[in-house]
Amino acid sequence: MDTLKVGDRRVLERHDFPSLFRALQAKGYQVVGPTVRDGAIVYDQLSGVDDLPVGWTDRQEAGKYRLERRKDEALFGYTVGPFSWKKFLYPSHERLWTASRDGPSFVITPEPVDGPPLAFLGMRACELAGVSVQDRVFMGGPYVDPGYAARRRKVLRIAVQCGQAGGTCFCVSMGTGPGVQEGADLIVTEVLEGKRHYFLVQVGSSEGAAVLSDVPLKAAAPDDPAKADAIVSRAAASMGRALDTDGIHDLLLKNLEHPRWEIVARRCLSCTNCTMVCPTCFCSNQEEVPDLAVEKVERWRRWDSCFNLGLTEMHGQAVRKTNLSRYRQWLTHKLASWHDQFGTSGCVGCGRCITWCPVGIDLTEEVAAIRTVPPAPATSEGKK
Amino acid sequence: MATDAIHPQTHSHGAGSGAAHPFAPRPFVVTARTQETPDTVTLRLAPKLSGDRLSFKGGQFNMVYVFGVGESAISISGDTTHPEELVHTVRAVGKVTNALAALTPGAVVGIRGPYGQGWPLDSARGRDVVIVAGGLGLPPLRPTLYEIFRHRESFGRVEIIYGARTPKDLVFAEEVRTWLQRSDLRIQITVDAAGRDWNGDVGVVTVRIPDARFDAPNTTAFVCGPEIMMKFTAQALAQRGVPTESIWLSMERNMKCALGFCGHCQYGPSFVCRDGPCLPYKTLAPLLAVKEV
Repeated sequence: MDTLKVGDRRVLERHDFPSLFRALQAKGYQVVGPTVRDGAIVYDQLSGVDDLPVGWTDRQEAGKYRLERRKDEALFGYTVGPFSWKKFLYPSHERLWTASRDGPSFVITPEPVDGPPLAFLGMRACELAGVSVQDRVFMGGPYVDPGYAARRRKVLRIAVQCGQAGGTCFCVSMGTGPGVQEGADLIVTEVLEGKRHYFLVQVGSSEGAAVLSDVPLKAAAPDDPAKADAIVSRAAASMGRALDTDGIHDLLLKNLEHPRWEIVARRCLSCTNCTMVCPTCFCSNQEEVPDLAVEKVERWRRWDSCFNLGLTEMHGQAVRKTNLSRYRQWLTHKLASWHDQFGTSGCVGCGRCITWCPVGIDLTEEVAAIRTVPPAPATSEGKK
Repeated sequence: MATDAIHPQTHSHGAGSGAAHPFAPRPFVVTARTQETPDTVTLRLAPKLSGDRLSFKGGQFNMVYVFGVGESAISISGDTTHPEELVHTVRAVGKVTNALAALTPGAVVGIRGPYGQGWPLDSARGRDVVIVAGGLGLPPLRPTLYEIFRHRESFGRVEIIYGARTPKDLVFAEEVRTWLQRSDLRIQITVDAAGRDWNGDVGVVTVRIPDARFDAPNTTAFVCGPEIMMKFTAQALAQRGVPTESIWLSMERNMKCALGFCGHCQYGPSFVCRDGPCLPYKTLAPLLAVKEV
């Protein structure tokens, strides 16, 4: 087998796909990826190809997600589910340190960060973008989050380009997909042609190349790159949603008192679903958990949400008391002030917040309304 | 050291960004406790680990930890030229601050910090300085006042306006009395409400601004107090002609991590913990005009 370089393309036949698992496991990676559970495609540990959602797809709309059988046996014939890779890099609850009493003082022991390196199998282009947004949050500022950084540096990213878009997808609008541009160690495109089922694999890094050294590969046909491009173009043409991002930063921040906020706030339940499924939302809370005798203490970090009243509580009073202010904070942060903070949008166009909103609030629709409906002129009769 | 005081270190030099775990507090021993008002105490702290000095800039804060209770963001109220002694003035309002206020000498607390951007005192050199403090807004301003006193010749007129709810709520009362004797600054003290034994002014701090003596276009103002007080003070200062980029407010928000990770303290584009707490009115004004940002 020749030595693979970044950019090289090879073909992996479907019947050889188990060898990719074996190669990853032999290199010490724990493979995590998509699997069917509880009526959804979720991300969890995988032991082999049989754990993948073989022959399944998902149908998504605002507030709606259903699994359906495909007519073929595609391994990656769906879009994105309720989970994102965030839960592996930035766990929903994480112990930061433990402390024990030491006379009048105390001794702090930071939580060790260990565990095997993870191979993320089946990352979508929007999800690679989501990880890169969180890289900026946890590793790109004056402080580095030790747990995130330790886990992140060990991850192997195996991307799968989308061949279809979901009903709530809009990665084309956000410039994040469906084609994989960068940030993957391997880029996989699944090709189903009549009876033939194979994967076009492009090397994205030396780590990716190293994994492939023990996988049976064939040379790519001259028309294989064009086939992959056509598959991606098909996905790009079938986006379920679109978001006009032109001037969106100023549009939102100059319309903090737009009447639309009140309309959407009447629907919003402040349930936090959108922030839990979002691959970039990063708010957290810290909890001090002592034992009964207060001799030993654990410090835990848990996901929090800008929809929780407690997030802004000071002196027993929340700053953002209304649904209006909390939804406005979420949307203006995600699409506008995120740019000020991290030099990127906080939205990657995955559509999860639309699909998993129990009342089907659609941020693309909300932005369009703020863009097209002029603010109501102030009247002496007040807002009602 | 004098040079350091006027060109203080930024937070990136602070202990909080060292190789140690950024969430792990370091032990400090309470060496003295002063009851300032019925609900406010000043704690003096010394590092338990030798050589663990905590250099800071006026306006910065620490996360102060009580074992088994939790952490709270508290501004530093001591002297930047004495990093070996850490001073925090704490009002007992919540779980952690009540525990802090009950501590006595010998107790050990945890410290992470210093964090945030302090008052930009360099930008005030050669200009008149107006300091407006409301209630517990004075402690985060005191380190900067000390620096101004030390380099008094570097500044023009110095005007201090200090207000509290009642005379009992004035902190650093004895020290403030010594400032009243100084001929190189002017200080106005006012309370919202007082009994017959109060001989001073009554009313909110904003009422004192028209009487304050400063050359408005050539003035830098540092304001700290409740948000509503800062908003109207900044408006009054701007109305007198102080440039909005020279009016600085110390914002208060819920802070859990102080590192820009937890999202709690966001105020528009700013993480108050990291980009603030001291922020220019020029960028705050549009946000202060909207409810519940």
